[in-house]
Amino acid sequence: MKLEDLKKIREKASKDIELRQKNARIKIVVGMGTSGIAAGARDVLKALLDEIAARNLTDVMVTQTGEKGLASHEPMIEVHEEGKDVVIYGNIDAEKARKIVAEHIVNHNPVTEYVIEVK
Amino acid sequence: MMDDICAHIVDLAVNSISAGAKHVKISIEKSNIKNELFIKVSDDGKGMDEATIKQVIDPFFSTKTGRKVGLGIPLLKGTAETCGGSFHIASIEGKGTEIMASFPLNHPDLPPIGNIKDTILVLSISNPEIDFFFDIKNDIMNFTFNTKEIKTLLNGLTINSPEVIKFLKDYLEEHLDFFN
Repeated sequence: MKLEDLKKIREKASKDIELRQKNARIKIVVGMGTSGIAAGARDVLKALLDEIAARNLTDVMVTQTGEKGLASHEPMIEVHEEGKDVVIYGNIDAEKARKIVAEHIVNHNPVTEYVIEVK
Repeated sequence: MMDDICAHIVDLAVNSISAGAKHVKISIEKSNIKNELFIKVSDDGKGMDEATIKQVIDPFFSTKTGRKVGLGIPLLKGTAETCGGSFHIASIEGKGTEIMASFPLNHPDLPPIGNIKDTILVLSISNPEIDFFFDIKNDIMNFTFNTKEIKTLLNGLTINSPEVIKFLKDYLEEHLDFFN
């Protein structure tokens, strides 16, 4: 396996690159401050990336942010969806993160039991 | 408390990004010959003056406005010193910061190194605007991973695209086997 193989992926995806850039439907932000990392945010982020790759979610972007000031709720993730309120989930682990992708991102049903704030 | 050394590395890299870095270099070297695990994170962020460097190793200090604590660096320093290792920080205002720590491999209090593959993937994918250079070595092999090179090869396709994530996951799996 060589990095140059990425060129093939680029060529294969070339048709819908423009479309994707216009359609970044959802942004998931993971709190990666010290308290978040210590509480397991890295595993949460990895689980989200695994789900995005496995489900081929081309319109979802995962990014990170620093401390959110709510250390007792770490790891936390925010789901930003165009035209909708931001949903903040707290005390997330890898399994919960996978459920959020399946329920909220794919099926459009926020997982209310993990929600700590909607704004 | 961090679970493993890779968690400390993620924390340092996030600090670099918070300090405005665009390039972050991460080195991890494990040498059974030298009985040493060595890590270094260097960046081109805003850097710190001497007074700030002194304060940043104080667990009750943070330059991040509105943040109550800045525990990451004191935690790493504490871990290194508990193991009989060393910790060093150097910074130049306007140029960047370099943090190094070493740990004796055979010390009973040395935390596990953690999952380097996941660490590289998580940092690279969730910070597409940052150029990361990872340099991973042990006594017999060396592996480098340069996200700037990857982004050049992708030529417009974003590094956080699902097919790229899948490729990089498999690529890291294949090429970092030697480090276990």
